[in-house]
Amino acid sequence: MNKMIYLDNNSTTPTDPRVVDTMVPYFFEKHGNAASRSHPYGWVAEEAVDYAREQIAALINADPKEIIFTSGATEADNLAIKGAYEMYARKGNHIITANSEHKAVLDTCKMLEKRGAEVTYLEVDDKGRVSLEELEAAIKDNTILVSIMYANNEVGVIQDMKGIGEICKKHGILFMSDATQAVGKIPVDVQDLGIHLMAFTAHKMYGPKGVGALYVRRKNPRVKVTSQLDGGGHERGMRSGTLNVPGIVGFGKAAEIARQDMEKDTERLIKLRDRLETGLMQLEETYINGDVENRMPHVTNISFKHVEGEGLMMTFNQTIAVSSGSACTSASLEPSYVLKAMGLGDDLAHSSLRLSLGRFTTEEDVDRTIELISNGVNHMRDLSPIWEMYKEGVDLDSVKWQEH
Amino acid sequence: MAYSNKVLEHFKHPQNVGTLDKSKKSVGTGLVGAPECGDVMRLQIEVDEATQTIKDAKFKTFGCGSAIASSSLATEWLKGKTVEEAMKIDNMDIVEELALPPVKIHCSVLAEDAIKGAIKDYQEKNGLEVTVEVGHH
Repeated sequence: MNKMIYLDNNSTTPTDPRVVDTMVPYFFEKHGNAASRSHPYGWVAEEAVDYAREQIAALINADPKEIIFTSGATEADNLAIKGAYEMYARKGNHIITANSEHKAVLDTCKMLEKRGAEVTYLEVDDKGRVSLEELEAAIKDNTILVSIMYANNEVGVIQDMKGIGEICKKHGILFMSDATQAVGKIPVDVQDLGIHLMAFTAHKMYGPKGVGALYVRRKNPRVKVTSQLDGGGHERGMRSGTLNVPGIVGFGKAAEIARQDMEKDTERLIKLRDRLETGLMQLEETYINGDVENRMPHVTNISFKHVEGEGLMMTFNQTIAVSSGSACTSASLEPSYVLKAMGLGDDLAHSSLRLSLGRFTTEEDVDRTIELISNGVNHMRDLSPIWEMYKEGVDLDSVKWQEH
Repeated sequence: MAYSNKVLEHFKHPQNVGTLDKSKKSVGTGLVGAPECGDVMRLQIEVDEATQTIKDAKFKTFGCGSAIASSSLATEWLKGKTVEEAMKIDNMDIVEELALPPVKIHCSVLAEDAIKGAIKDYQEKNGLEVTVEVGHH
């Protein structure tokens, strides 16, 4: 693992050493259960959790009481969507979401369809964005929830959150957002955007894995979700289970650092990302996927035409860690459904890499990455029969491929 | 996913990468797969007419590491074999040699199809009876 360059921060981020330091005492010395009301161990733990709740609430402009701790964003997505579906069942059974959402949202919706829900999956445009007109047109009398992600995990495209919030408010529908990739990286203000439910997690913002949160609005309107875990009635009855105190303490610290350093981090990351993109775009037949106008500062998703992503990664994966939109490891051989939802052809989707920078990425990392990926692309193109055909002027669309 | 050392070796040092002159009667070309599926393999053989022996083999592949290793290995195996012998190369031989995991078996299937495709093309070009079936998997 020596001298690895980590450009897969959308997958997970390293835990900031400052975060680790704050967590350590809560494993042994201050190991109490935050629900133990009868002794100092419990009080200390509860105090630490309350402080973290404040730190996290401040990051998204919420009230601390509106933060419900979970095991991560997947659980928070499940709790929000299933919980709202059950809580508001008498108001209707229709949910609106989009086809580029994370599986934690899509699969939850699919599961609810089996239980009688009606779900509309909006198609995103070629830039990865949801159309506000289509969203509004999809609203019906029985619509109870709109679930649209804040920023996409694969391409970093940011949705028009304010516009969606206004439409939901106008129609009296709950607005839920999976904001896993956005919170801690760009300013997120639940008041300003009119969000009612929002899922996010610590490990995408330099906090520990295994702890996340669901923001549940308490005022204008007061929102409730039916708990999905039965037990001790923790977290205002919405999520039972002993709180992960060290994790929550780390989450709080991560939120505090994110808030303090956001401007500085963002400015630095945009420079590095643009440097990386400019460097890689020197290669022929290279395309950036997704909306470059409305995008997270640290992500780029690039297709290198006529090169297969997984093979390309193999040329440098001893040195650089990235993700590919090509799913050659799955039996289905289906490339990224997010890129396909944006209308990208399967060939370009198979040729894509997602590079997500982070707080610990350096300029040196970026320059080395440009060099190694460029070498990899050139090497793979030398090996690629379709690159050779393209160079000879063969119209690849007219070739009768033998699909298997 | 971790690759076997043999896959890595072929991937790092692919054998017989290149292009043979497909206008020659002695050259047979097999092109299998599709860009939409994430892999395209082109395998070419040059056959000595008198002995029906494969004197050269080249490949180019668009695909993952296993697809590249499978085609590289196939060209190594083809050289020096008679056309008759080449027809008998089975995808499972490639799976075994490269220790391909189940999700990568399709790479070996593609290589077998590419070999058969190249033989078929050679036979057709030379007015010989076609004795292979391509894409029967």
